[in-house]
Amino acid sequence: MKFWRVPLDSDEIVITRGVVHIIEDRCKGCGYCIDYCPRDVLEASSRFNSKGYHPPAVKQPDLCVNCHYCEAVCPDFAIFSVEAPAQPI
Amino acid sequence: MESAVLSGEHFFNGDVACAEGALAAGCRFFAGYPITPATEIAEHMSKRLPGVGGHFIQMEDEISAMAAIIGASCAGVKSMTATSGPGFSLMMENIGLGIAMETPCVLVNVQRAGPSTGLPTLGAQGDMMQARWGSHGHYEIIALAPSSPQEIFYQTITAFNLSETYRVPVLVMADEIVGHLSERVIIPDASKIKLQSRPRPKGRKDRFKPFHPGPNGVAPMAHAGEGYMVHFTGLTHDERGYPVMTAEAQAEMMERITGKIRRNLDKIIQVEKYRLEDADIAIVSYGISSRSSQAAVDEAREQGIKAGLLRLLTVWPFPEDMIRELARRVKCLITVELNLGQIHLEVQRCSEGKAPALLIGHAGGSAITPEEILEKIKKQASGS
Amino acid sequence: MNAATTQKHPLDGMLRTDRIPHIWCPGCGIGTVFSSSLIAISSMGTDPMKTAVVSGIGCSGRGAGYVNLDSYHTTHGRAIPFATGMKLANPELTVVVFSGDGDLFAIGGNHFIHAARRNMDLTVICVNNLNYGMTGGQAAATTPHLAKTSTTQRGNPEGPFNLPLLAYACGATFIARWTMLHTRDLTQSISEALTHTGFSFIEVLAPCPTGYGRKNKLKNSDLLKVYQEKAIIKNGANPAETILDMEQGITLGKFVEYDRPTYADNYKSVNCD
Repeated sequence: MKFWRVPLDSDEIVITRGVVHIIEDRCKGCGYCIDYCPRDVLEASSRFNSKGYHPPAVKQPDLCVNCHYCEAVCPDFAIFSVEAPAQPI
Repeated sequence: MESAVLSGEHFFNGDVACAEGALAAGCRFFAGYPITPATEIAEHMSKRLPGVGGHFIQMEDEISAMAAIIGASCAGVKSMTATSGPGFSLMMENIGLGIAMETPCVLVNVQRAGPSTGLPTLGAQGDMMQARWGSHGHYEIIALAPSSPQEIFYQTITAFNLSETYRVPVLVMADEIVGHLSERVIIPDASKIKLQSRPRPKGRKDRFKPFHPGPNGVAPMAHAGEGYMVHFTGLTHDERGYPVMTAEAQAEMMERITGKIRRNLDKIIQVEKYRLEDADIAIVSYGISSRSSQAAVDEAREQGIKAGLLRLLTVWPFPEDMIRELARRVKCLITVELNLGQIHLEVQRCSEGKAPALLIGHAGGSAITPEEILEKIKKQASGS
Repeated sequence: MNAATTQKHPLDGMLRTDRIPHIWCPGCGIGTVFSSSLIAISSMGTDPMKTAVVSGIGCSGRGAGYVNLDSYHTTHGRAIPFATGMKLANPELTVVVFSGDGDLFAIGGNHFIHAARRNMDLTVICVNNLNYGMTGGQAAATTPHLAKTSTTQRGNPEGPFNLPLLAYACGATFIARWTMLHTRDLTQSISEALTHTGFSFIEVLAPCPTGYGRKNKLKNSDLLKVYQEKAIIKNGANPAETILDMEQGITLGKFVEYDRPTYADNYKSVNCD
């Protein structure tokens, strides 16, 4: 992560990291998780799921901070994130 | 806590007797809306329910009153509403919901003359077909018809018992005359009143299917808040309560909700046979009209005419077999009712042409007199 | 990491997973509002066994069918009176009404205003998608003036209700409005509403791309962009001053929370004390 000024307590702060899980067959391809991910983690995939929709795919896994927004905004209970082992900045 | 069963001798009008019957039956929730001539039931319930640990609420209309009693019943409380014609029309929507959700509840209709606002203060029996078919779709319903304050007391208890046993809304089809007529009403000891309650689930909660029928065709009922996580819907549903939009599911559900009534007709239907054994002329009547009919039968017998009365305590389901049997052995059937021919049509249908089926009825607003009935009996007896 | 997961969704325990996927269209916001409601209910700290969900008819009305709680899918407009009976019959229950704008404010409008007047202890979550979605996008009591629907093809000659103001005028004691995008605020408000004693009302704006969106030339995420860009968050705002205007702005927030005796409190004090 880049800072214009490194916080004085940066060595004490840990940023949570997340791992995104996608239940592809529940996805209806609305794209809200992709549009509204604050860290731009996701992208549309070219794959089809069993219903013929394009589920999202994880484009930049390292950027996920486990904010759960994709999980909250998904109308189809098709995506969620779980905490990954934390690492210092 | 006040006593729910006011054992003793009283002078009540039919509406009050009905309310007392409900309390004696264990009704502890009433939702209603004022309407002549049923208002006294709501008034009496509002006075009595808080004292017996129950709840009365005056809703914003009859639609919500009917919805509220189904909601209360789904939470496990015996519930009732009471209304008359215009309100009965509004309740049709949620009668269907009660049937689809197989939710016990009792609806009293103190009938007045219609259509529309009609004669609010005068009696009629014009809602009998609406009672049978008023909500959309095909279904079976139970409807009782009381003829006196004493009888409405007992029939209201019976209505709760049938409703609980078969998980179906039960209608008490009274009329303005019975509702506003004050007579002696004897309320027995609480111990003498037999009460039924809905079948309840046993066994594992996670495997429970809320619409899986028990031995008599009726599914045990789990209430909100008991941990069964049930789903109830007015949509066509399977035994789990889940909506299924297919003809097969529709057929299966209809078989369940109609079958539990059709297969138990002998336990549900109650009639009173009065001087019918050797009768040539059989009167078929119910409610207030059956009182005039009984007087006419007695007078006809005095005059040597073999008349008898089949008094329908249960109007729906209709006692088809009894009418068939009667039609085979009497010279004529006369239906007496305060409308222009509703139950008459059923009598006609079930008589299957074996005996002529006649009607004594008028559009409502006054009772049919014994004299009118006697005159017709005499006319039939003389063959003119 | 990209692969389809075998893990369970955190809300699966709250869902009737055997009924998922639900019937809501791609891009429909009801699922998101439903999800926020489930998070709020599951984090409430009370026994989920004592929570019942009641819905009316319509797309949002299908909510009751997907929640793994005691759930009742009633008739059109009648969720509130059904819930009223249920709550009075068993006051231990937390009764949540989850339904749509057409159900709660057109056919069910009378029941809403009276339940609010009584301060009936219910939590009413209204998904407002500005039209009747289930029947194919007809005008509702919430459709903006001049908006196109299948029954207002040249534009809606009527104007919509201001739902928070309506609720306030009728006596609701907890009132909030969010959009489905404001999931955290929404979840927070639902949680507070669930613990609030009295009539709680939460309006949630959610897009209906199939019904409303298509006819008003709004793509899947266009309405969401409006909701994002035009949002004016004003907690405590006077409900009379809240606006819902796609150009001027959409006032969001928790507007009202105050205490007054509920219907049941008053019933008890009048009849039983």
